Amino acid sequence: MKGKHVTIIGGGPAGMQAASQLSELGIEVLLIEKDNKLGGKLNQWDRLFPDQTPSMTLLKELQNAIEKSKVTIRLNTEVQKISNLTHGFDILLNAEETQHSDAVLLTTGFELFDARLKEEYGYGTYPNVITSSDLEKLFREGQPLTTAEGRTPSKIAFLHCVGSRDEKVGQFHCSRVCCITGVKQAIEVKQALPECEVYNFYMDMRMFGAGYEELYREAQEKWGITFIRGRISEAALNQENRIQIKAEDTLAGRPVRLSVDLLVLLVGMTASPCNKALAATSGAELRSNGFFNPVDPFNHSVESAIPGLYFAGTCTAPRNIGETLMEAGSAALKIHKFLLQND
Amino acid sequence: MDTPRTIHRNWKEYQKEIADDHFYYARSCIRQNFFPGSETAYLNILRNDLSLDVYDDPKHTTCTGIGYHTDIVPLETTMTVIARQFALMTEAGYENFLPSCVTSFGLYVEILDMWEHFPELEEKARENLYKATKREFNKPKNLVHTSDLIFHYREKIAENAKYSFVDVKTGQPLKGVEHIGCHYAKIFPSKGIGGSEFPYVLAGMIESWGGTVVDYPERRHCCGFGFRNYLVMANRGYSVANSKKKFESMAPYKPNFIVGNCPGCAMFLDRWQYTIGEMEHKTYGPNGRGIPVLTYEEMTGLVLGYSPWDLGLQMHQVPVEPLLDKMGIPYNAEEKYLGINGKNLGKPQLPQNCVL
Repeated sequence: MKGKHVTIIGGGPAGMQAASQLSELGIEVLLIEKDNKLGGKLNQWDRLFPDQTPSMTLLKELQNAIEKSKVTIRLNTEVQKISNLTHGFDILLNAEETQHSDAVLLTTGFELFDARLKEEYGYGTYPNVITSSDLEKLFREGQPLTTAEGRTPSKIAFLHCVGSRDEKVGQFHCSRVCCITGVKQAIEVKQALPECEVYNFYMDMRMFGAGYEELYREAQEKWGITFIRGRISEAALNQENRIQIKAEDTLAGRPVRLSVDLLVLLVGMTASPCNKALAATSGAELRSNGFFNPVDPFNHSVESAIPGLYFAGTCTAPRNIGETLMEAGSAALKIHKFLLQND
Repeated sequence: MDTPRTIHRNWKEYQKEIADDHFYYARSCIRQNFFPGSETAYLNILRNDLSLDVYDDPKHTTCTGIGYHTDIVPLETTMTVIARQFALMTEAGYENFLPSCVTSFGLYVEILDMWEHFPELEEKARENLYKATKREFNKPKNLVHTSDLIFHYREKIAENAKYSFVDVKTGQPLKGVEHIGCHYAKIFPSKGIGGSEFPYVLAGMIESWGGTVVDYPERRHCCGFGFRNYLVMANRGYSVANSKKKFESMAPYKPNFIVGNCPGCAMFLDRWQYTIGEMEHKTYGPNGRGIPVLTYEEMTGLVLGYSPWDLGLQMHQVPVEPLLDKMGIPYNAEEKYLGINGKNLGKPQLPQNCVL
């Protein structure tokens, strides 16, 4: 398809997948990324659930596809404005340059919830309170799993739903991937430190994906990880520099008080802050939580109400990488069809 | 994203607007009874040491806070009473409201918030007030708790300090436990300096005046007052148990003193040490003694060189002399129980089962 141009905003897994597929279909593609490299959050992760595939394996696969394609990549580039024209779009790059495209695909992804907003857990105050992202970084960099003081932890607790399903911080939605991330990381901790006691505090375990429930059972039966249904109400430092947590075991109906060496907060997904400006200038609709709102969640889940403007991945809602990549493929086909119809 | 090894003192990021001067002062019902002398000391500090304009209006009443929180006073009455307080402020020509009690502060904040979200309630309060008193009111432009104002001027106080929270023998900072009171920031964290999890209003004072703050596991736990916990006599064991939980948690850190934001909290953290001593023969300070408890205005007065007995520290259950000795504050033990004009106040009965 000659002479047709698509701009993809966001160079994470969704953007990379869609870019290479559109390019294969003969469409000229510009892939824009605000950071200095492609891959998005995959760059920060060590292993992927449910089978502990190294994130680099997937990233390399996506990179190879991009390298084989004719996709033009612009790193360190931010989009300030998308002007919706009669024919196509003008996209303002780095506040100085305009790119014209026949269609636009938004793959702006998500941001991790800032755990400091849940002050009662002490993230950013107590060095031994870390996030799931921090733990992933430790694994990825091959650092030993120790406390900030260099001690080998004997007890670690994971807290689910930090910044998810929480009205107090304006995050009504379920981030979906944290439950299985908590199971995966708890097992990884046991693999690294077999003697360490590992506790997961949860509201509900939402094991929706293939292999998730099996992994949850494995965590309990093979690895001896303790799952306690209850939210932690407060984390505080005790005199031994350990984190004292208070919670309620809502199944046993009893309060729980526990001192742990590390508290890992499973942070949820929040909407990318750039969505607001892109929605305001393009006319795309936002949900109340800041994610983009597609036409419907069924057969048009990658389409906006603006002809030629599409979504893929976590810019519309929290989803896992598999779903993200499938959506990217779906969006590529939809865009291809749109361009054919408007040729 | 921050690295796990980065420490942010994010509670310092919570700040709020505090007017510099010209305040309508609303007294506490319980502060001047629990800690006689402290409210007078507070006004003296504001007027004489900080040269502020503070109007102490004899016409104002209770905010109804204790009655409200024990379900004795209905909400509509509370709103009308608060409307009257604001009317008195308006009539006196002031725009900044300065309640001298954490419960009152929490209640004023709560009512203003209700009025913002449900304007019909504000209209009803205005109507009730007008029918009852023919008064009208403006809402305050600035509402701050009395400790907020001390926090606001803490560096100026530090410049004029005669004593600091430094052990005069060792040169080491003294360790303070601070307790902000549930109603200061737990209901509306954004209205408290430092928020509710890592409050900074009292911590900021202690640090500015040479001390360090103990961050102990039960820092955020209720002092034990809890209104119904104490006011219903059958529940008082629960009140003591809550205070005990805090003492047990703070004691290993060997704090030199406790400072309270709310008169109720300071009262219970002080008096229940005596009670626990009598009940269980247990004390939490060094050498079998208790941990001295101050209110923030008493703490400020000590730093500024006020006489401990003028501040009313002889009325505390736990003797404060160990703290005074560490700070190098001189005092005459003979004058401890002498009131105004040398009148003998009488000595309190000593506990039977502990030293305190």
